[in-house]
Amino acid sequence: MEELDVEPAITNIPAASDGKHLGFAWGPGDLLVYETLYKASSGAKGSGCSFIHEVRKDEDIYSPILRKLFNESHHIFVGLQTIQEDLPSKNKKPQFVSISKNYRSVIRACMEELQQVAVSTKDAKVAMQYGNQVSILLAIELIWNLSEVLFIDSAPAGSLLLHLLDWVRLHKADVDEKATEVLQSESPAEHKDYWDVVLSYVMQGRLEESRQMLVKQATLHPAPRSMYKLMDTLLSKMPFYNPGGNQTLTEYDVKWRHWHEEVDRCLQDNSFASNKHLEIICRILVGDEDTLLEHKELLGTWYHFLVTRLLFSHPTVQPTELHYYAQSCMTMFLDSRSVPEPLDNILLAAFEFDIHQVIKECSIALNNWWFVAHLTDLLDHCKLLQSHNVHFGSNLREFLLLEYASGLFTHHSLWQLAVDYFDHCPDLGRVYLELQIERVPLNTERKALKVLRICEQRQMSEQVRSICKIMAMRALKNNRLGSALSWSIRAKDAAFATLISERFLQDYCARGTFSDLDLIDNLGPAMLLSDRLTFLGKYREFHRLYGEKRFGEAAKLLLSLMTAKIAPRSFWMTLLTDALPLLEQKEVIFSAGQTYELMFCLEELTSSLSSVAPATDGTMQDEDIEQTKVELLRLALARNLAMAIVKEGTVST
Amino acid sequence: MDSVNAKYVSQKISKTRWRPVSHSTLQQPDIFATGSWDNEDNKISFWSIGESGSSSLDDGFEGDPQLLCEHKHDGDVLDLQFLDQDKIVTTSSTGAVTIFRHHQNSQTISVSQRWPGVHCYPCDNAPCTGVVCSSPEIVTVGEDGRIVVFRADQEGVVRVIENADSSTIHAVTYLRTTEILTVNSIGQLKLWDFRQQSNSPSQILSLSGDRVPLHCVDRHPNQQHIVATGGQDGMLCVWDIRQGSAPFSLMEAHSAEMWEVHFHPTNPDHLFTCSEDGSLLHWETSAQSDMPSFLQGGRNNSMISRSAMAPAGGNQSLISAWLNGDSSKGRVETTHMLPSQTLSVNSLDVLGQCLVCGTDGEAIFVNRQVPV
Repeated sequence: MEELDVEPAITNIPAASDGKHLGFAWGPGDLLVYETLYKASSGAKGSGCSFIHEVRKDEDIYSPILRKLFNESHHIFVGLQTIQEDLPSKNKKPQFVSISKNYRSVIRACMEELQQVAVSTKDAKVAMQYGNQVSILLAIELIWNLSEVLFIDSAPAGSLLLHLLDWVRLHKADVDEKATEVLQSESPAEHKDYWDVVLSYVMQGRLEESRQMLVKQATLHPAPRSMYKLMDTLLSKMPFYNPGGNQTLTEYDVKWRHWHEEVDRCLQDNSFASNKHLEIICRILVGDEDTLLEHKELLGTWYHFLVTRLLFSHPTVQPTELHYYAQSCMTMFLDSRSVPEPLDNILLAAFEFDIHQVIKECSIALNNWWFVAHLTDLLDHCKLLQSHNVHFGSNLREFLLLEYASGLFTHHSLWQLAVDYFDHCPDLGRVYLELQIERVPLNTERKALKVLRICEQRQMSEQVRSICKIMAMRALKNNRLGSALSWSIRAKDAAFATLISERFLQDYCARGTFSDLDLIDNLGPAMLLSDRLTFLGKYREFHRLYGEKRFGEAAKLLLSLMTAKIAPRSFWMTLLTDALPLLEQKEVIFSAGQTYELMFCLEELTSSLSSVAPATDGTMQDEDIEQTKVELLRLALARNLAMAIVKEGTVST
Repeated sequence: MDSVNAKYVSQKISKTRWRPVSHSTLQQPDIFATGSWDNEDNKISFWSIGESGSSSLDDGFEGDPQLLCEHKHDGDVLDLQFLDQDKIVTTSSTGAVTIFRHHQNSQTISVSQRWPGVHCYPCDNAPCTGVVCSSPEIVTVGEDGRIVVFRADQEGVVRVIENADSSTIHAVTYLRTTEILTVNSIGQLKLWDFRQQSNSPSQILSLSGDRVPLHCVDRHPNQQHIVATGGQDGMLCVWDIRQGSAPFSLMEAHSAEMWEVHFHPTNPDHLFTCSEDGSLLHWETSAQSDMPSFLQGGRNNSMISRSAMAPAGGNQSLISAWLNGDSSKGRVETTHMLPSQTLSVNSLDVLGQCLVCGTDGEAIFVNRQVPV
């Protein structure tokens, strides 16, 4: 037994009172819970609760806005799977990064819409629910973005910090809101948030913007202008690494150290001593951790602190060194009392480049597989998930995709998306699809056709048969023989086609006319599916020929139905009776040879009947009718034979 | 492709239809209706693509369709047709036929008339698969093989043709004012004349042999004998109702079921089809651009005989380009109108320069610059 990572959550079933016993059954995504009686031996008595409860793990799937996320990301997912395998992996990196960005922009769009709804709704409960979803998506996007920087883009030293700065800027956008507020006020420099904005800009490395803000202060206080000028110079001179340029990292490092020493000198000779705000900025620029920690509330999070600290003390940080700084920043930033939250652990794991830990923590923290499944898939395409075998299923990527897709399949409408996910799980995807697709409820033929198309494209003949059978049975139940026959022809289900053909023939015997002629007349090659169906088609053809007064052809067909044993023995009497009017025609239709064959058929039939007859208790009347029929036939056959012999004799001489 | 707008709507779309515009004004349509399927609660919705002629054409994002109003619909919406400017008829998988009224002043929808369970089996309701209307007459068809005729101004059912088909009727269209055409799941087209009291079709046309189910049918807007159908194998068939019982031409189009086919209502040299394979095709015939269309009639003498009975209507070409020859000679050009898409495009409608389609990927695509 493996150790549990987290305590399982407890879900209360509202209607199940204390002391009752519950039974349950697993569904693909949900759980059915019902009240049960404890003692099986005492017989099923007592009044149990008659409700069955459905316990859903994942409510998000039912959110109309998140459905857009599922649909749009499905599209991106399918696009990702079709990226050519043969391209060298170097060339694929930009593609992967752009796909990752697409995913993130979908998350962002979804978040914005949720935000709007959360703000506009009047229902506090709904607003809170949407608010929660927004914060979850925010966290997801944050993690995804960091994974993109560290794993997918895998930026080298130098540009790594630039990416991290972008990452922090994107997720700490409230600075800009505050800045607009300050700038729109009557005198920005006097605004209470003025210095907060300046400091925030500096800490995010947005030095250009902070300089512009400082100008406002400088114009207001002309006295220490030189001080502002000095600060402006320091800010403007801070070197940033330019990955596209021809500067090497070492050159940049030397330049940066030079600048750092200059700032340090300013601090040492107390250039800013008379202005505490500028002094603080200067301390930040020199990378003073204590000063940074004093402004925790502006930084907000430990990872912002991490990036700012790196910016001003280790701008050329190597990816491999990140985890050391991350760990120390987290310890410094968080109070010793407070416990790190799941998000902190996930980010820390990311900084440690422990992809599997990131995925594991995310799986535990989030109630939906959407995020982990898509991220894992992307990372797997980047060849970042080598040889990590899970002891269930095939591999991590496939396991997560299967879980996600199974969840989708439980949804009454999103099941169609899941099909493509199953397609891209090479080991178990097909088995999953086979099991799930048969269970899609089919309320209209159009839906059945869509499901069939899915099965046929994947050569899932077993499922095709079963779906057609379901539809054929339903049509039969509704007394739509034509439809039922069409479905069984599509399924190539000979047994069922035989059954329906029997029904058609029974109907004919009962009513004397065929129903659904439009279908039977147009069977074409489909007729060969079953013997009985062939007979039905041919027998109808006989009637048509007869109706068109093409007696010769009709007679030939009728005879061949019996001699080729296409017609079931039970139907021979009907066929022979059908021959009667042909025998009674003025001109000879059956030749002598054909008449012999007819006679042979009749004898075969009567002999087989008489051998069975004693055992049965048929009423006398029925037997009489049969007897008369046979006698009539014999008479007609004999007369026809005579005429045929005469006629044939005449022609030959 | 730039002028295509996609909007995700959180429901699988089964039908999209433009609200008709009056012919006298050369206005572009601006409102369309959609119906959803396979949801727990299905809906019909009205959407606006904004004021036509505004600056939104320059900016791809401006023209996002905006939801005007929506109304719950019992069962899947299987077909949808505008009866007039503010009434639409829907048919449902529950066998019901409903007329909804769109109140444009208050942007609300109300049920104006409803016939529940008109399509049914002996002990169950049957999905009603198609509707066609020419106000006030409404004709519906269903999986029960019935044809039912209503009038919007009458409570009851006007006429029922029981057992009109032994299999499912998938679609219906008017051929003339008293004649309709149905397609069924064994590859037949049946022509029904309502002037006759008999309950059998006046003509049956069929694909030879294969019995490929037909899913959609549309009639040429000017030449009533020309009909296009699409079926399960994704083939586009053009039929000349007057000529024999087999299709005039077969053209390979899609790799899966073709769900809808539409001639452009005012420029019938253009045709549009959509399919389960996720594609939307624009077909354009008569690429002989250097010759005005009214001269084409005399161009190919061998074809004259075929058009002997064609009505000489206005400045339309005497022979429809669709019957003018075979696609193999490259007279028909097709272009894909959607970016790569994997899920089924269930419905499309085209009016003026505007095209709208809806997919199982829960997206609506609107193209306002269709090159016609």
